[in-house]
Amino acid sequence: MIDDGHILSLITFLPAIGALAILLVRGEDAVVARNARWIALWTTIVNFVLSLYIWWKFDPTTAAFQFVQKSDWLGGAISYHRGVDGISMLFVILTTFLMPACILASWHSIETRVREYMIAFLILETLMIGVFCALDLVLFYLFFEGGLIPMFLIIGVWGGKRRIYASFKFFLYTLLGSVLMLIAIMAMYWDAGTTDIPTLLAHDFSARMQTWLWLAFFASFAVKMPMWPVHTWLPDAHVEAPTAGSVILAGILLKMGGYGFLRFSLPMFPVASAEFAPLVFALSVIAIIYTSLVALVQEDMKKLIAYSSVAHMGFVTMGIFAATQQGVQGGIFQMLSHGWVSGALFLCVGVIYDRMHTREIAAYGGLVNRMPLYAVAFLIFTLANVGLPGTSGFVGEFLTLIGTFKINTWVASIAAIGVILSAAYALYLYRRIVFGALEKDSLKNILDLNLREVVTLVPLIGTTIFFGVYPAPVFNVTAASVQHLIADYTVAVEAHRVAEAKHAAPALPAKLHVVADR
Amino acid sequence: MENAVSTLPAFAPALPEIVMAAGSMLLLMYGVFRKTSSTAEVSWGAVLLFIVTAVVIVEQGDMRAVTFGGMFVVDPFTHFVKLLILLAAAASVIMSVTFIRREGMDRFEFPVLISLAALGMLMMVSANSLIALYLGIELQSLSIYVIAAFNRDSAKSSEAGLKYFVLGALSSGLLLYGCSLVYGFTGSIEFETIARLIGREPSSIGLIFGLVFILAAFAFKVSAVPFHMWTPDVYEGAPTPVTAFIIGAPKVAAMALIIRVLFTAFPTVSAEWKQVVVFVSIASMVLGAFAAIGQTNIKRLMAYSTIGHMGFALVGIAAGTSEGIRGVLIYLAIYVVMNAGVFCCILAMRRQGTQVESISDLAGLSRTQPMVAFIFAMLMFSLAGIPPLAGFFAKFYVFMAAVKAGLYALAVIGVLSSVVGAFYYLRIVKIMYFDEAAAPFERPMPGELTVVLGLSGLFTLFFFVYPAPLIMAAQTAAAALVP
Repeated sequence: MIDDGHILSLITFLPAIGALAILLVRGEDAVVARNARWIALWTTIVNFVLSLYIWWKFDPTTAAFQFVQKSDWLGGAISYHRGVDGISMLFVILTTFLMPACILASWHSIETRVREYMIAFLILETLMIGVFCALDLVLFYLFFEGGLIPMFLIIGVWGGKRRIYASFKFFLYTLLGSVLMLIAIMAMYWDAGTTDIPTLLAHDFSARMQTWLWLAFFASFAVKMPMWPVHTWLPDAHVEAPTAGSVILAGILLKMGGYGFLRFSLPMFPVASAEFAPLVFALSVIAIIYTSLVALVQEDMKKLIAYSSVAHMGFVTMGIFAATQQGVQGGIFQMLSHGWVSGALFLCVGVIYDRMHTREIAAYGGLVNRMPLYAVAFLIFTLANVGLPGTSGFVGEFLTLIGTFKINTWVASIAAIGVILSAAYALYLYRRIVFGALEKDSLKNILDLNLREVVTLVPLIGTTIFFGVYPAPVFNVTAASVQHLIADYTVAVEAHRVAEAKHAAPALPAKLHVVADR
Repeated sequence: MENAVSTLPAFAPALPEIVMAAGSMLLLMYGVFRKTSSTAEVSWGAVLLFIVTAVVIVEQGDMRAVTFGGMFVVDPFTHFVKLLILLAAAASVIMSVTFIRREGMDRFEFPVLISLAALGMLMMVSANSLIALYLGIELQSLSIYVIAAFNRDSAKSSEAGLKYFVLGALSSGLLLYGCSLVYGFTGSIEFETIARLIGREPSSIGLIFGLVFILAAFAFKVSAVPFHMWTPDVYEGAPTPVTAFIIGAPKVAAMALIIRVLFTAFPTVSAEWKQVVVFVSIASMVLGAFAAIGQTNIKRLMAYSTIGHMGFALVGIAAGTSEGIRGVLIYLAIYVVMNAGVFCCILAMRRQGTQVESISDLAGLSRTQPMVAFIFAMLMFSLAGIPPLAGFFAKFYVFMAAVKAGLYALAVIGVLSSVVGAFYYLRIVKIMYFDEAAAPFERPMPGELTVVLGLSGLFTLFFFVYPAPLIMAAQTAAAALVP
């Protein structure tokens, strides 16, 4: 039986081993390509099944880290420390869940350098899982930044026309945000004497230091998330990336920002988080409204979905920084749901892109006549994106709004407008592509979903509806950890308030004295 | 330890240098008295000599000794740096073998001069007084001036040699002037004595002048801004294996010398020299990052890259702590290995019997030579400092030291300039991977280049798996200077 202490390392590095296997494949180009595809597919499927084992063995009653593995690494207090809790575990599953879909989506749409493509994806999977399992800041940073290399190559080599611009923008933007986090990590190391995350979670940083550290981490996560106004790399990267690249970007890479807020900003710098919450609310609301409006006028399908991602991430940041049980749980759920919904939307775009080689919305129309199956699948994901009750999109959005409403009614009310706007752009998109008469000659012979595409999309449809109707499995897992997080956060913020009040107290009588003198 | 009554100093601590000196002479004799061309044999002989010397150094263990009347010092710090220098020198000799045969520079003096330069570097590292320091620097520099102009039929190479010589001579002048000022104001040439004498009284302005002159000369040697002007021209003009050599070992030696002088002779005036080092470091990082963007020649680009990297290494010195020295040593070790790999790729850029050096010649290398392109790309990412590659850890440790020392501004400017620097490294990756394929380079790559490139690539890629030995070694070395 698998040792529980090593299961996370196994899941993390299995894709890398798959990549090595692909590297060793020899023979004709066509044979290599076929073998590379199959090895990649099987590796990701096996990895998904293995990751389900974690969910099965996961103990939802505790907020502690589980499946912990720790060994010496860089010497000193920087160790190879891994484990998952209720917050991170589901992101691991999300990653392994989306990977087979990505491989399947690239089956025929990638014909050049298939071997390198599959290797890049498997390495990327290793790095992404590594991020979510890391319990050491340096290890986290290593995986977090390492993901840039394969993604840069994926966008740049297999991307669209403006791929070079998009890949550079993606790389440099993200790097710029992250290097500041690196400095913050070092400062934390010297303050706390370790980069071990569980130890740091218990460490009290001074309020002044928290402010700086929070800002540095924010620089990194806000870019990754992405939050307005540093979101501009995302539409470019999405549009130019190959379909599977977009799925990974929207489905998982964006979630690293939200995960970072939950893992570091909120619990490690609670005072600063409370202080900066209004800023985050403001940026979130702007993101929700502004990018929704921008999405309305897009001509390019992928760009539209990219902007809608920014808007949906606005709900996540809003929910997280509301720091209530509902808000944070909703934020996590929204991230997961958005992971598979936006991933599926990109897959849907990929389906027709593979056939017509254009993403112009104007090039389509009336697809329902020739592609009924496709119309159904696309409809379900569109509605989930809108947040229709009964789909997973609803649960997260609703909870974040409730959670925020308790804290700040105005923010929640304005954000709720975004829900309407998202219905507007998503349904408008759907109408233009799927409904209407099939008038364009180029579309007359378009084929409906083939078996491979059905196999890719059906699990995503199932997940969307299942968790929309019955979200409890997710909440069961996250509840304990989130409760713990919120409790710690509240205590720390209260303690700081009391300390501030005490500090301010001696000044008060003096003031009264002055008033009395007058 | 030296016995005060004995007439002869203790030779044992200097055994590696003695072996090197004798071995170089032997190689020279062999080359002179062989009638036929013997470059390849002398080259491999030089590599063997480096290995033997390295073994002698390892055999010394963690010896600590001062000999030759306090002029010469051996401690864990010198061990670490000397091994690194020998590694860098051996790699560049190996890389030169095929090149000098093909390019008609087939003369046995080449490896001999490299081993003499390496001897000079070992002297620099072990120098414990201003005279020994000067001797080491000059032995190293004179040998390098000659090999920079080694391709005597090429105007560019001759220009590079001359430029290097003239500017190098100027820096030697600065160094001597600084040394004489320091001697004049303290009355000693020995590092520890200088430190003791400065510590006793408030630092005089003359002494600070001397220190600044010495620092300026050192900045010349590590091509730090504002004394970097010679670097791009010399690196571009010199034959490629020479560039591969002078980008590695001499930088290590000079950096080690800076550390030795600042930390053993001038620890009490650290506030003064830190300002200088911080400025030079920031200027180098920023200039290296921005100036490299517009380059079209890969050797010139690597010159600016080096300027930037020296700026990053100086961050560790600016911290002025044991962690800082450790950071610099780790940085140098990783830097040397990465550059060896990069220059293997540059040496393999050959079309129709001539060497090409333009960055655009790399176009589409990922299609024609996928493995070489992959390693080259990883080396570029590593030079840019992207984790999990080795270059990340290099930067990590120097910035770690800077943050501990409270140099936040320096650290932030440093990481930001590394983002700018990432742009030009990415440009090379872009040309190799995203652009349409140009005509392929000559294949196969010479065997020895493949080996060096492979080792460098493996180290860069997998350093993160087991980084402890290098970090521990650097830590021991650093602790020898600042406990």
